[in-house]
Amino acid sequence: MATVTYDHASRIYPGTERPAVDALNLEVEDGEFLVLVGPSGCGKSTSLRMLAGLEDVNSGRILIGDRDVTDVQPKDRDIAMVFQNYALYPHMSVADNMGFALKIAGKPKAEIRQRVEEAAKILDLSEYLDRKPKALSGGQRQRVAMGRAIVRQPQVFLMDEPLSNLDAKLRVQTRTQIASLQRRLGVTTVYVTHDQTEALTMGDRICVLKDGVLQQVGTPRDMYDTPQNVFVAGFIGSPAMNLGSFKVADGKANLGGAHIPLTRTTLDAITDEDKGEITLGFRPEATHLVSEGTEASFGIRVNLVEELGSDAFVYGEMLDKEASEHISSGAGDAQVIVRVEPRNPPMKGDTVYIQIEDGQKHLFSSATGQRLPE
Amino acid sequence: MTAAAAPAESPPRKVGGARPARIVIGVIGAVVVAWAAANVFLALAYYPEWFFDNRLLMAVIGMIAGVGGAALLFYFVNVFIEGLPQRFSEGVIPYVFVFPSFFLLGLVLVYPTVQTINYSFASNDSTAYVGFDNYVAIFGSGEFWLSLTNNALWLIVVPAVTVVVGLVVALFADRLSAQGEKVAKSFIFLPMAISFVAASTIWAIQIYSPNPDIGLLNSIVTSLGGDAQNWIRVDTLRLNSFLMMVILIWMQAGFAMILLSGGIKGVPEETLEAARMDGANEVQVFFRVIVPQIKGTMITVFITVTILVLKVFDIIYVLTNGQASTNVIANLFFQELFTFQRAGRASAIVVVLLILVTPILIYQVRHYRKEAAR
Repeated sequence: MATVTYDHASRIYPGTERPAVDALNLEVEDGEFLVLVGPSGCGKSTSLRMLAGLEDVNSGRILIGDRDVTDVQPKDRDIAMVFQNYALYPHMSVADNMGFALKIAGKPKAEIRQRVEEAAKILDLSEYLDRKPKALSGGQRQRVAMGRAIVRQPQVFLMDEPLSNLDAKLRVQTRTQIASLQRRLGVTTVYVTHDQTEALTMGDRICVLKDGVLQQVGTPRDMYDTPQNVFVAGFIGSPAMNLGSFKVADGKANLGGAHIPLTRTTLDAITDEDKGEITLGFRPEATHLVSEGTEASFGIRVNLVEELGSDAFVYGEMLDKEASEHISSGAGDAQVIVRVEPRNPPMKGDTVYIQIEDGQKHLFSSATGQRLPE
Repeated sequence: MTAAAAPAESPPRKVGGARPARIVIGVIGAVVVAWAAANVFLALAYYPEWFFDNRLLMAVIGMIAGVGGAALLFYFVNVFIEGLPQRFSEGVIPYVFVFPSFFLLGLVLVYPTVQTINYSFASNDSTAYVGFDNYVAIFGSGEFWLSLTNNALWLIVVPAVTVVVGLVVALFADRLSAQGEKVAKSFIFLPMAISFVAASTIWAIQIYSPNPDIGLLNSIVTSLGGDAQNWIRVDTLRLNSFLMMVILIWMQAGFAMILLSGGIKGVPEETLEAARMDGANEVQVFFRVIVPQIKGTMITVFITVTILVLKVFDIIYVLTNGQASTNVIANLFFQELFTFQRAGRASAIVVVLLILVTPILIYQVRHYRKEAAR
């Protein structure tokens, strides 16, 4: 067990100008499950591979516990990794795959077998120990890859999108299995995914990356409730947050028919660089329908209603054509998504009036994208 | 019954019945085409003046008659088969189409093999049977046993060394830059393009020449203070045989390298990374992860070179013609047949060679089937 520390760690791939990972500062607590999440190309896998020792660190340091491992070979770091495509040794049986690290370490045969069998029992693989990876299903291979990691009893687990090759149903099952296994073993884990749902459900803390730069680290609740910038606001949550560029006037944020009051603190935080604009966001689930003319409400023309049983989502655009150009959501530009009562959803073509619930709006500087105080 | 049981004479014929007209056309067409093509070829051979003694014209006509004749022949055969009742024709089609190739294979491979076995029991001019006399003679001759042991030596050394050299070169070429790899591989592959006779001559003169001003080996030896030797005549510990093996290895290393390099590139990079994280050093990664995964390619190269070695002739023929204890089976057979005019003994030697090769061929076919099944 150990902590993991990234200390201004950067990686610049040869022949590129921009760092793939730019001065990453991050502390992972002992026994913590930390999820690195971000869109493709954000540097999350590179960060993980730097910790694994599979990528060079061009500047800064990486520590496991108190030990500086920046220039230590992967084989001497005492960490185990689960690869996206599992990277099982095709010529070895499941048992040999799982016991390979112990065999290399020169452990006695009896101990290897005992530890492999223990891990196999945990992962429900006991009856497959003599098979080759080729003869296993995708889910079983994934478990073998997990088994290979836990047999080692390493200081840190690294997982690089281990669920992305599974079908949707199995992914949800395995997600909870991995999370509970990690809680039970108590091994510090760094987990990479591009799926924010995975991040929210599995992580003790989440770290959002974009273009190699750390955006925000926090608990899933922090990320959802108080995203620190526009990117995190749009990335975390499903469906994604509605984000609009509003004009500030008369102490209100105005866009088309919408006039949303702002607090004194917020107004004071707006600078000249914002050019009288503010980015206002609200989650689809943080709204309710009101009658026309209610204060701080605005109208939406319904384009599509998505009924999921437990929820219904209205996809629509603002009544004012020009205003609708300035708002976007997970469904694309000029689209607003709103969650409505599933028992009685509006029809396509209807006009509905919505109000953002109190304290549920997110305000960001339009110049810097940073969160503004309320 | 209903309309389905229409009278047999009505225009829409019953599906699957015989069609005598097609059978007749097919048979007549096939015979005419075969007769015409045969006549064209005979004319090309016996009456070149019909073609104005123009070789180019004759070649073009020959090609048209050959390719076109084959196509037409298959067409008429097909017409014939389609004229047969359907349940017949479906079973017959594959055999009819593979028959010509089987016939040609039989003509150029099976027939000579049978004849050789036949002649091995016959006199030197193949006019009378002499029982096992030829076999008694060759097994009683020192030269034959010398050739057998030489062949065994070649078999033990050349395939193994070729695979190892190819593997080493492939590994190092893999580490070069893309451009460097291309250049290096081209140079190593170059000897493959040279004929055995040319390569043997180059080595005989440039490397092994007794004159230290010409031969590289002697120039090295003399510059180190040694005496120039006629290396190719030094049969102490069969040194000259080993020197000739170097030529074959030099020629085949490129072939081995190309195949093995492809194999190495096919090994998933992740399995190497996984092994490194499992604590394996580079030597362990190579022997426990790379080699097992390219075993199939290594066996393929090994078998191919083995068969080549069994047939090795040109190198010995050019350098020593089997003198100075360097004789091998293929060269011995050549001498018996063409120098001593003893067809019986020559055939017996070839039969022994055939018996030695057969197990390797069987293994090779099995290996390829197993590869194909994967």
